[in-house]
Amino acid sequence: MPLRRVLVANRGEIARRVIRACHDEGIEAIAVHSDVDAAAPFVAEADTALLIGPGPAADSYLSVEALLQAARDSGADSLHPGYGFLSENAAFARAVEEEGLAWIGPPSDVIEAMGSKLSARTMMAELGVPVVPGTDGPLADDGDSVAEGEALGFPLMVKASAGGGGIGMQRVDDPETLRTAVATARQRAQAAFGDGTVFLERFLDGPRHVEVQVLADSDGSVIHLGERECSVQRRHQKLLEETPSCALDAILRRRMTAAAVLAARSIGYISAGTVEFIVDARRNFYFLEMNTRLQVEHPITELCTGVDLVRQQLRIAAGQPLDMEQRDVISRGHAIEMRIYAEDPVRMLPSPGTITEYQEPEGEGVRVDAGVAAGSAVPHFYDPLLAKLVVHGSDRPTAIGRALAALDGFRIEGVKTNLTLHRHVLASEPFTSGEYTTALLAEIGPPPRAQQATSA
Amino acid sequence: MTEVKAELVGNLWKIVTVVGQQVEEDDTLMILESMKMEIPVTSPVNGTVKEILVKEGDVVQEGQTVAIVE
Repeated sequence: MPLRRVLVANRGEIARRVIRACHDEGIEAIAVHSDVDAAAPFVAEADTALLIGPGPAADSYLSVEALLQAARDSGADSLHPGYGFLSENAAFARAVEEEGLAWIGPPSDVIEAMGSKLSARTMMAELGVPVVPGTDGPLADDGDSVAEGEALGFPLMVKASAGGGGIGMQRVDDPETLRTAVATARQRAQAAFGDGTVFLERFLDGPRHVEVQVLADSDGSVIHLGERECSVQRRHQKLLEETPSCALDAILRRRMTAAAVLAARSIGYISAGTVEFIVDARRNFYFLEMNTRLQVEHPITELCTGVDLVRQQLRIAAGQPLDMEQRDVISRGHAIEMRIYAEDPVRMLPSPGTITEYQEPEGEGVRVDAGVAAGSAVPHFYDPLLAKLVVHGSDRPTAIGRALAALDGFRIEGVKTNLTLHRHVLASEPFTSGEYTTALLAEIGPPPRAQQATSA
Repeated sequence: MTEVKAELVGNLWKIVTVVGQQVEEDDTLMILESMKMEIPVTSPVNGTVKEILVKEGDVVQEGQTVAIVE
């Protein structure tokens, strides 16, 4: 069934991205927004926009009832959840399906199966995909977490089964602090996800986060579009991503992409999805989790493969078969994405406010996916992502050079931004050598003062 | 008497001290939530919490006095 009218249940840059893809496909896009977002670019670019509530996300972008009502009022036949908010909420996906709308993503039962990190681990282990060594099941409420931790070995990670965005995740280096860390993680997971289930995983040596993009249609065809290196992180949240990854050779790439395709096929995956792995210092790889939605960092894959992932999602949701086979997917050159946050680059504290001046960089191989423009409010209710600066070049050094030039050409005033932090990362020895791990930001420290002054 | 000010605008998520409590410099008095991040509001001095001027759920402005420590 062809889609006519898509409700875009998100805000900021990803709402604009989805609206653009809808228009490319000749589909109407309906925006929904909170009152503080009324003047945002995504609202102006949609064919119709509906106010769904006040600033706090719980009363607007996270309100299932408000979103379903907006879908009814606008006559939408489908819904794109973007990322974050309700995008991986199986109950919401089910409610959308039951409303008779096409959910632009995988079926709700697949979201549910992958939404529990513990059940996802078990399923992958049964398929023969390596998983990070960890506790077999949830830590019991009254159980002896220290004994379990010692059996596994320190350092280790405490993780929330329902987790996301680094919430409820903590590294623990010794048995003395484990009990407190488990209690904190349980409390945070309960507050954030309504599920306080936690488990332990061994902390691997020299870990890198590498993920594989997959696309699957409702006829059961599954292909991959290569990997993305996502090891530049702070507080377990990604800051900068690149593809291809310097950690993978052709053999490891073949094994990891094959594991991702196997995983997606085995669980009946449909739409665009991402299988996340950890690669350790000895180049062993382990399944981490599957993200059952579009990723923030999807543009780097688009720049190297020429495949528009959001348009593919729309076509798949309309029941169309994939219009390409694995052998048609060719990745060319190198791409880097920098997440531009409204954030103090040194203290990494958020910086809400109003953007007074805004000028995007231009140039060969430069793409900017932004949620803001001059005059835009940056409300404290939502995450601090202002824009994604994405560059492509024929090889890695070219891409890095273009990234640095583009950062210099990006002008954002009124809120603090992390542009200098990106310069600092791109110029650092671990990054230029390609030999870096998730500890990169901790190792290189904050950007030097002089650099901040010149960019102010 | 020292006024404790919020560093940035946000939603007051949690108050973790009570009036009359002894606190040391850098102890967390309350936690703000801004842009999906938890930001502790800490005591600038050693002393006693004299007054808490906000309640959980309030929107706090940058520079707003949220507590007084003596």
